[in-house]
Amino acid sequence: MNFFVLSLLKAAIVISVLMVSLLYLQWVERKVIAHIQLRMGPYRVGPHGLLQPFADVLKLLTKEGFIPSHVNLFFYLLAPFLAVSLALISIVVVPFGPEVELFGVRTTMQLTDLNIGILFVLAISSLSVYAVTFAGWASNNKYSLLGGLRSAAQMISYELPLALSLGAPLLVAGSLSLREIVLAQQGTILGILPNWMIFQLPAPQLVGFLVFLIAAFAETNRIPFDLPEAENELVAGFHTEYSSLKFASFFMAEYANMITMTAITTTVFLGGWLPPFPETLGSNWAPAVIFALLGALAVYYSRQAPRPKDRRTLPWVGLALFAVAAIFLIPAAHPLLVPPFWFLAKAGFLMFVFIWVRGTLPRFRYDQLMQFAWKFMFPVALVNLFATALLVALFPR
Amino acid sequence: MDAVLFLVFAAIAVACGISVVVQRHPITSAISLIGVMGALAVLYLLLGAEFLAAVQVVVYAGAIMVLFIFVIMLLNAGVEPPGGRSWPVRLLGLPMLVILVGLLSFVIRRVFAGGEEVRFGAFTKGGPREIGRLLFTDYLLPFEVTSVLILVAILGAVVLARKEID
Repeated sequence: MNFFVLSLLKAAIVISVLMVSLLYLQWVERKVIAHIQLRMGPYRVGPHGLLQPFADVLKLLTKEGFIPSHVNLFFYLLAPFLAVSLALISIVVVPFGPEVELFGVRTTMQLTDLNIGILFVLAISSLSVYAVTFAGWASNNKYSLLGGLRSAAQMISYELPLALSLGAPLLVAGSLSLREIVLAQQGTILGILPNWMIFQLPAPQLVGFLVFLIAAFAETNRIPFDLPEAENELVAGFHTEYSSLKFASFFMAEYANMITMTAITTTVFLGGWLPPFPETLGSNWAPAVIFALLGALAVYYSRQAPRPKDRRTLPWVGLALFAVAAIFLIPAAHPLLVPPFWFLAKAGFLMFVFIWVRGTLPRFRYDQLMQFAWKFMFPVALVNLFATALLVALFPR
Repeated sequence: MDAVLFLVFAAIAVACGISVVVQRHPITSAISLIGVMGALAVLYLLLGAEFLAAVQVVVYAGAIMVLFIFVIMLLNAGVEPPGGRSWPVRLLGLPMLVILVGLLSFVIRRVFAGGEEVRFGAFTKGGPREIGRLLFTDYLLPFEVTSVLILVAILGAVVLARKEID
């Protein structure tokens, strides 16, 4: 098939999945935080608040897009645009699955396989600091400026452990292409443990994984590192002066960054689309079993739901889950559906960790943040890199 | 295609470069410099030097310029007043620049007369593997000497910037 048509098709699929998950990640976050804090969360718009994201989008769209008179107009408008476009662009190098054949067309489940994929991701993430910095500076407001300055300092500091902890798995895999990094994680250790980067011999990257995850929290400005927008000292930090769609862009960028970071973590450390146990043990059938169990759970819960409405609707949810399980039972659909399932399952779990941490930890103090970056994260990442280099040199594959 | 892209990004690079000098506000100058870096990265990419292009963005646009902007914002530098230049400077500035550029291009043409012309896409040794191999074999000494030089510069900056503690 024509290269352009194929690329357009793949881009359309990826962007629609990405946009829907962006919308619903926000709903999931509100629900999970609510349940951590023993509340119900959004409940009014749609069943269990499922239409809440659309209501939010509509609200933000129809609000007045007010531009304060004291801003530097060009940079004030450039900042949200930069934020959202840089946040969305990294997804092009993420591989969601292996090479597949569909209707006689062979293609990879990835938009483009750059042989400098990791560097591309690092370059984009190092540019995204400008969005926040410009927003803070152009707003011409002391709180915004402080937020922008903090974000610049924080992102430069945490970029170092982030890049260093990514360096170690690159040494083990021997490539910068994300696809080849995943392919280097095939197989098992002792027949049970998956050969993922966090377990892979000769240098298991468990420490690198943790350092990367913590630095990813800082890079995405999430709690406990959300000092650029610390609301009890800086009003709303860098986006104090933004309203309507311009605010929505920053909001969207935060979630898009979260998705990118979890996708990269999954690809580099958790084996990407590879299953957690080998195919010979039946990992191709695991998704069907998982969905069927979820369906059974929904049906079981519908018998004793406190609300009569849930008693009527939950069996239908269960039925839908059984239908999904049935689709996963078709052997012909396995190469197409199972790898993206594992990828999304791992990335989804990491996103849950992001939300979980937000519901658990308080915010750092600013000096603690910097001390933590330079006196703990940086040395640990450096030692990890050297140890990995030594082990890879001593025990070459 | 390559030639069109080259012309577009070369034009962007030159325009941003002029903008660096012409702008009155330090932040706008700094951002124009980021534009130059970005356009240069695309030119490297056109030549097939992928690794160099990525590093250009990561190091220059992503780290060094962020520090520049950070410092400018921290000092809250304002718009510079237009400098009062004397009339011979205003009169002779542009002609002198033209002469300098002409001389430079003439010398370059003469010195590298026998050199090969640059062709887009012909260069394929720009990957991280090849560059790494070159850095740690043929250019090991310059590479290490540069790193020591940078270390000395950092130490010097720390010593100069340190406050006297008594």
